[in-house]
Amino acid sequence: MTNPADLTLAQLRDALKAKDVSSLEATDAYLTRIEKAKALNAYVTVTADKARDMAKASDAKLAKGEGGPIEGVPLGIKDLFCTEDVLTTAGSHILDGFKPRYESTVTSQLWRDGGVMLGKLNMDEFAMGSSNETSFYGNVVNPWRREDGGNTDLTPGGSSGGSSASVAARLCAAATATDTGGSIRQPASLTNTVGVKPTYGRVSRWGVVAFASSLDQAGPIAQDVRDAAIMLKSMAGHDPKDSTSVDRPVPDYEAVLGQSLKGLKIGVPKEYRVDGMPDEIEKLWAQGIEWMKDAGCEIVDISLPMTKYALPVYYIVAPAEASSNLARYDGVKYGLRAKEYTDITSMYEETRAEGFGDEVKRRILIGTYVLSAGYYDAYYLRAQKVRKRIFDEFTDAFSKVDLILTPSAPSAAFGLGEKTNDPVQMYLNDVFTVTANLAGLPGASVPAGYDRQGLPLGLQLLAKPFDEETMFKGLFALEQAAGANKRPNEWWA
Amino acid sequence: MGAEPTKLLQGTTGDWEVVVGLEVHAQVSSKSKLFSGASAEYGAGPNENVSLVDAAMPGMLPVINKYCVEQAIRTGLGLNAKINTWSRFDRKNYFYPDLPQGYQISQYKDPIVGEGEVEVEVEPGETITVGIERLHLEQDAGKSIHDLAPKESYVDLNRSGVALMEIVSKPHMRTAEEGAAYFTKLRSIVRYLGTCDGNMEEGSMRADVNVSVCRAGSYEKFKETGDFSHLGTRTETKNVNSIRYVKQVIDYEARRQIEVLEGGGEIDQETRLFDVKSGTTRTMRSKEDAHDYRYFPDPDLLPLEFDQAWVDEIKAGLPELPDAKKHRFINEYGLSAYDASVLAADKASAAYFEEVAKCGDGKLASNWVTGELFGALNKADKDIETSPVSAAQLGELISLIKDGTISGKIAKDVFALMFEGEETGSPADIVEKRGLKQVTDTGAIEKIVDEIIAANPEQAEKVKEKPKTMGWFVGQVMKASQGKANPQAVNEILKKKLGVE
Repeated sequence: MTNPADLTLAQLRDALKAKDVSSLEATDAYLTRIEKAKALNAYVTVTADKARDMAKASDAKLAKGEGGPIEGVPLGIKDLFCTEDVLTTAGSHILDGFKPRYESTVTSQLWRDGGVMLGKLNMDEFAMGSSNETSFYGNVVNPWRREDGGNTDLTPGGSSGGSSASVAARLCAAATATDTGGSIRQPASLTNTVGVKPTYGRVSRWGVVAFASSLDQAGPIAQDVRDAAIMLKSMAGHDPKDSTSVDRPVPDYEAVLGQSLKGLKIGVPKEYRVDGMPDEIEKLWAQGIEWMKDAGCEIVDISLPMTKYALPVYYIVAPAEASSNLARYDGVKYGLRAKEYTDITSMYEETRAEGFGDEVKRRILIGTYVLSAGYYDAYYLRAQKVRKRIFDEFTDAFSKVDLILTPSAPSAAFGLGEKTNDPVQMYLNDVFTVTANLAGLPGASVPAGYDRQGLPLGLQLLAKPFDEETMFKGLFALEQAAGANKRPNEWWA
Repeated sequence: MGAEPTKLLQGTTGDWEVVVGLEVHAQVSSKSKLFSGASAEYGAGPNENVSLVDAAMPGMLPVINKYCVEQAIRTGLGLNAKINTWSRFDRKNYFYPDLPQGYQISQYKDPIVGEGEVEVEVEPGETITVGIERLHLEQDAGKSIHDLAPKESYVDLNRSGVALMEIVSKPHMRTAEEGAAYFTKLRSIVRYLGTCDGNMEEGSMRADVNVSVCRAGSYEKFKETGDFSHLGTRTETKNVNSIRYVKQVIDYEARRQIEVLEGGGEIDQETRLFDVKSGTTRTMRSKEDAHDYRYFPDPDLLPLEFDQAWVDEIKAGLPELPDAKKHRFINEYGLSAYDASVLAADKASAAYFEEVAKCGDGKLASNWVTGELFGALNKADKDIETSPVSAAQLGELISLIKDGTISGKIAKDVFALMFEGEETGSPADIVEKRGLKQVTDTGAIEKIVDEIIAANPEQAEKVKEKPKTMGWFVGQVMKASQGKANPQAVNEILKKKLGVE
């Protein structure tokens, strides 16, 4: 029989229910793969014993014909989610040895529904990065390589690089991820996986280490659209412990897959044609428009002129919130405390100097600056006003269209180290994704094709707030039309 | 209103005016904290009342406590203030070990309560109105303990996250007495409302005292224009936790600032600390060291919104407040403004008084409560809740005076017997048992009068020339009757027998 770790989440789920395979078998298959894939550096922590225990418990339920919607399915968890008694690092040195005494709402819902935890996935430090190169635990390597005969290690995208790489390399059936400016969709685009960032408020932030509270939203990275739909159903839902969580029922996203798109209006914003974008991406986008037409959609040219301000606004709002959110890492209560210090101020300084990496420090500095007396109005307040206009612009656009189609990222996977010396170049990776975070909209990336060098490229769909169902319908249609379901060669194994 | 000139302070170079504003922190009487479910009770062991949110564990989020919001609205209504149905929480960012999040959640730009005003009785006959600038909700910090070990500091997070109401006055107080009276009044209001227990020893209520001085006449210009440049630079003395200390701080700061200015110096806008032992203040943080708090709206919380109907509902359930009670006491019982305010200031005293006043004579009841009772309680270091004489007893005692059963003098004796615990139960029974009933039988009194006049013929002659000396006879008759003779009857009979007009 096939390796259970080669199945999609949906296939594995069905095989488990049919007792064609046990959860323990699937779990062991994944653990074996993880063991062989150290070169990818996708996991920070592998919880093999816990995984086997959970798998056995699932098998017991499955044997009785019981169990939740994803009973026995092995999952990878981005190391930004707090997991009880399991090291939680957020990719940072400053959380050294931190084992929470609580479980995030998202992961507890996954366990409630039968998920099995394989371990914690690598990520950019505090989710700040677009290449997974800011992690204290080292770069994650993209399972995909250029078809040029070279062995250049490429980025799996970021910040959810461990999630995208592990799903692409089948080191878990699916993974949790988070998206503050594109951290689910850009890595998905770079690894031929599906990444879904739901509407702000759809998924609880409780127990997820905060980066920028008004932008952070958790979602899945999965092998295909169906798997993403299954994952999101388990992850989503109202949580009274998160004041920004919205109380509305969670639809069955899987049920809408395959439904007709006839008559849907698809917006195509001209402002998403940016300078220096490879023509392959341009072509893929045009192809995507054709696929949507073929599916019976009407294409509507729209204009989102505020788009050009989205990145500058993001790089004020996100660092501002981060500078405050990260103040709690001070060496007093948990995690790292510098060994040498003379007084409380020097303890703060030494601990934070040692514990945070350069990118995190850069953003704390930017955030502290833009909130400072005398600069608040010029930066933070103005950014919030522009943010409101971006939201209004989308609201207006969505009065005319049902979905918006754009590329997911401005380039395919790039080489590790290629952009690390130029933060602004790195920030440009989020140019297509960041608007959805600023406006709180759902957005998702789906594999749509490959560039000349055989690297995956994704297309993005944006939808109205809480209209993930229409988005999933569109994603499924694109996935079917594109048929971009290649897998990377297992060069690492 | 008091006359302006009395509010001037004399310096060596001329007259000065003092301007005072208070920021009072009142802890909300709530079982749990402002944004977490942890207990807010006082007196638990170190770090026993700490939730994951209070300790700022990664990924923890605040959720507003509706009860605390309701208490803030109640208090706002008690301050006759505007309730903002849309308000917002901000983060005030600074590092300190007892501030686990690295920021305090407070309300900076959009507080839940806006402008209001309170009447403040400063002394008999002098009432001022103090404007309220705002009231906002915020979290308290934990406590750093530095004296448990030579090189280490300890942190107790029990208070971390406890709900505080910060009540900010306008700079409408002009003397130490006014500042103290305002603080007293606030305490009275929150205790009436039950929104804060007002317990200063436990830190439930404390004041940051802002003081500045300016040249005579400048305050009037400020009042006319609202332009703060007419006022002097202010200092803020933090965490003053008694009414007496508030007074001391204002007196000390005013004198110190005048001295500095007259010596050619300048006042620094700074934060100061009050030293209880010396009664002086000293610099805690100069302006240069002032934090840049980098306030911004807390993205973990939605704006705080509620409808007016909820406010109206809360308003309908408010108890009668000290000012309303005071005015009712004046109108209903004919009390003086001062007596009415003294009785109304404390809920228990007011309730006691009203029970006593059921005897039918409010004024007499007020005199007895504020005079005899308060005096005795003070002397015995007791409060009204534990008074040995109940309101019903005192009311009955006053009724006995009014219907002529006993005289005021005898009533005081009976009161003392009850207060000392030598007698309990109904005053009428005590009077009966001890034979203290007033003698109103004119025959009996006449008999005594006749005897005394017969025994003192010279004195009797004198009264005819100097009627005022009749008092001596009154005293003698009262003495002979062991105080039981009705004084009015004694007077009339004496007048008749001694021939006084």
